[in-house]
Amino acid sequence: MMDAKLKQESPPDPARKKAMGLLARATLDELNAAWEALADKPDVHPVRGPETGLVMVRGRIGGGGDPFNLGEATVSRATIRLSSGEIGHGQLLGADRQRARLAAIFDALAQREDDRANVDALLQQVADRLALEERRNAEETAATRVDFFTMVRGDD
Amino acid sequence: MYVAVKGGEAAIANAHRLLADRRRGDRNLPSITIEQIVEQLGLAVDRVMAEASLYDRALAALAVRQARGDMIEAIFILRAYRTTLPRFGYSEPVDTANMKIERRVSATYKDLPGGQLLGPTFDYTHRLLDPSLIADETVAEPAVKEPGEHVMRVSDILDGEGLIEGDGQMPEGHVMGDLTREPMEFPMARDLRLQALARGDEGFLLALAYSTQRGYGRTHPFVGEVRIGEVEVELDLPELGFAVSLGTIRVTECQMVNQFMGSAKQPPQFTRGYGLVFGQSERKAMSMSLVDRALRTDEFSEDIVAPAQDQEFVISHADNVQATGFVEHLKLPHYVDFQAELDLVRRMRRDYEAANAGDTAKEQREAAE
Repeated sequence: MMDAKLKQESPPDPARKKAMGLLARATLDELNAAWEALADKPDVHPVRGPETGLVMVRGRIGGGGDPFNLGEATVSRATIRLSSGEIGHGQLLGADRQRARLAAIFDALAQREDDRANVDALLQQVADRLALEERRNAEETAATRVDFFTMVRGDD
Repeated sequence: MYVAVKGGEAAIANAHRLLADRRRGDRNLPSITIEQIVEQLGLAVDRVMAEASLYDRALAALAVRQARGDMIEAIFILRAYRTTLPRFGYSEPVDTANMKIERRVSATYKDLPGGQLLGPTFDYTHRLLDPSLIADETVAEPAVKEPGEHVMRVSDILDGEGLIEGDGQMPEGHVMGDLTREPMEFPMARDLRLQALARGDEGFLLALAYSTQRGYGRTHPFVGEVRIGEVEVELDLPELGFAVSLGTIRVTECQMVNQFMGSAKQPPQFTRGYGLVFGQSERKAMSMSLVDRALRTDEFSEDIVAPAQDQEFVISHADNVQATGFVEHLKLPHYVDFQAELDLVRRMRRDYEAANAGDTAKEQREAAE
């Protein structure tokens, strides 16, 4: 219990955490294209999954208070081992097990010096797309910003 | 009571075949795709996800299609599906303060950090049928503008003055409950009530919320804030020792601000009701927040005088899958049960008529005398 808490407070690998978040949002096309682009494809051995299950999503009372269970979401995950020994984990929302498996492969590839640049290129591509989408959404929302005028009531 | 029956296999198979035919409808029309339902009937998909308590757009759209648009049937199908999947774990609580905002309005402050952002709303439309949607007219691209500052939470603004209660803490030592793991028990703690309300029937919660406005348990509400947008879902991975993002989900959050006169223990201040719902559904989030506040009678020593304040009544009847199961089972064969009752009523009627005949004969004798 104490160990888990300590570990949570100091993520040992912030770069990997960020990369896994991006891989979770990569489309199947992006992942497939990056895989096809690899000159030297490693052998991939399944360790767990790919499988689909549920994660209970939590909220907080009042937005910032104590947690409560909001409802579940489908999650697909996979763990693989490359023939060179690296273990990769992939986990993402939805029932697309193929994406989860590919995400696990790229998580493992990221640990190999030789493939680092390929993985970084994929991560950059995903990050750029997400930034563009986010920017676009924020701009569209900003265009609907209003200023309400309060009318003066009664006699002056 | 329902007693099992046998037989009817051929009729049932043919009925389901007929259902498939009617679901498909006119074969000269193209069939609707899951992607089309997700994109063009998105709020129907959102409602099914919220009340099935399972966030998955594609599966919810499939349920809508399978149910021919019957929302409660779709919710039932998706709720049943979730029981087939293993539970991987619990997410970190979503951080709605850092939501990627798509809509945010406040009825309590005109000018506030982040502004009033209408987003894709039905508000201020004239609710006139739009003939341009009959034909497939081209739809204009949305307007764009430079985004403004961070969208601050309204409860934090009020909190600065100390005039509003905090976000909501459970009593010391409270263990968070999970309705999908333990049977319901009353009195039910607020965290469990919120879980039940989040998946509760929109129509039922709307009616209860409305009843509080009409005087059945006063809540005196203001919409502090409604916000809709995407939040990250993070899951702790024990094998790595840290939490990773699984992606984002869209949620609607409502902070309802309610007046409270104070008590011997607490000074006069604003109290709060909270609503959080999967997808875009501010009607549901607002209803949930009103009912959440109405149910907090024990915290404010309020008398329970109205249905919306009675947690056993509200929580026991909010789940439309349970409700439809119990109401709709009445149409299944109850032959044995009914035969027993028929026999009983016949006997009672015989006794009644015999007694009546005796009375009538007595009256006639008396009249003749």
